[in-house]
Amino acid sequence: MLISNMEVVPGKRITRHLGMVQGSTVRAKHAGRDLMASFKNVFGGELKGYTELLSESRDEALERLQQQATALGANAVVNVRFSTSSIAAGASEIFVYGTAVIVEDR
Amino acid sequence: MGFLVFLTLLILGYLFGRLAESRHYKSIIEREDALRSLPLVPIRIPPPELMKHESQLVTGSVVISVDYFKTVAASLRQLIGGRVGAYETLIDRARREALLRMQEEANALGADAVYNIKYETSRIGDNAGKGLGSVEVLAYGTALIPSASK
Repeated sequence: MLISNMEVVPGKRITRHLGMVQGSTVRAKHAGRDLMASFKNVFGGELKGYTELLSESRDEALERLQQQATALGANAVVNVRFSTSSIAAGASEIFVYGTAVIVEDR
Repeated sequence: MGFLVFLTLLILGYLFGRLAESRHYKSIIEREDALRSLPLVPIRIPPPELMKHESQLVTGSVVISVDYFKTVAASLRQLIGGRVGAYETLIDRARREALLRMQEEANALGADAVYNIKYETSRIGDNAGKGLGSVEVLAYGTALIPSASK
């Protein structure tokens, strides 16, 4: 599956639009990580645990987006956008959306 | 006693925070120099000469925490207003780090350029309400990889 955040696909022609597809996931980190994070708030620096967590959730959201696109019979998703929101103290939502299309070689 | 704890945290935050920041900036500048040859362009549609390339989504993200000193410095600054230098460097580091990670991913794929770059910023953590807490930056774009067949 071709995933791109541009509205055109180089070397290919979009033959059909199949509508919007989306994927989202809400994740929380465990208490230990939260504790480590509050220590880090004193010393500063990168929170590697959170970075990993968020990139895992992003992969998961993209996975769901692809499943939806496959179900529609698409072979590409274009104009993909990411969005993040913290819905509660310890949890954040990752949302990804795009347009499912069928592309052909030019 | 309370004041002593505050002072200790302040000093620890200042020392470790400064150390982390100068190390991080050093590494950012080194890696930026090393990857200078891979152009990152926030233009929506690539020029015709890149129109034969394969495209693939690349992302880079980072979560960076404030230190105690920055939190205190920023809350003092909020009394008089003006530029909050403590947070400016924090966000700057996060943005550049996220972009670098994206660039590294594109470089590993053998891309010629990355087009249509977008940023996404959010705050996370418990004290997101009180201060800045931690800031997450995601950079993403489309890597254009020369196709082997053509």
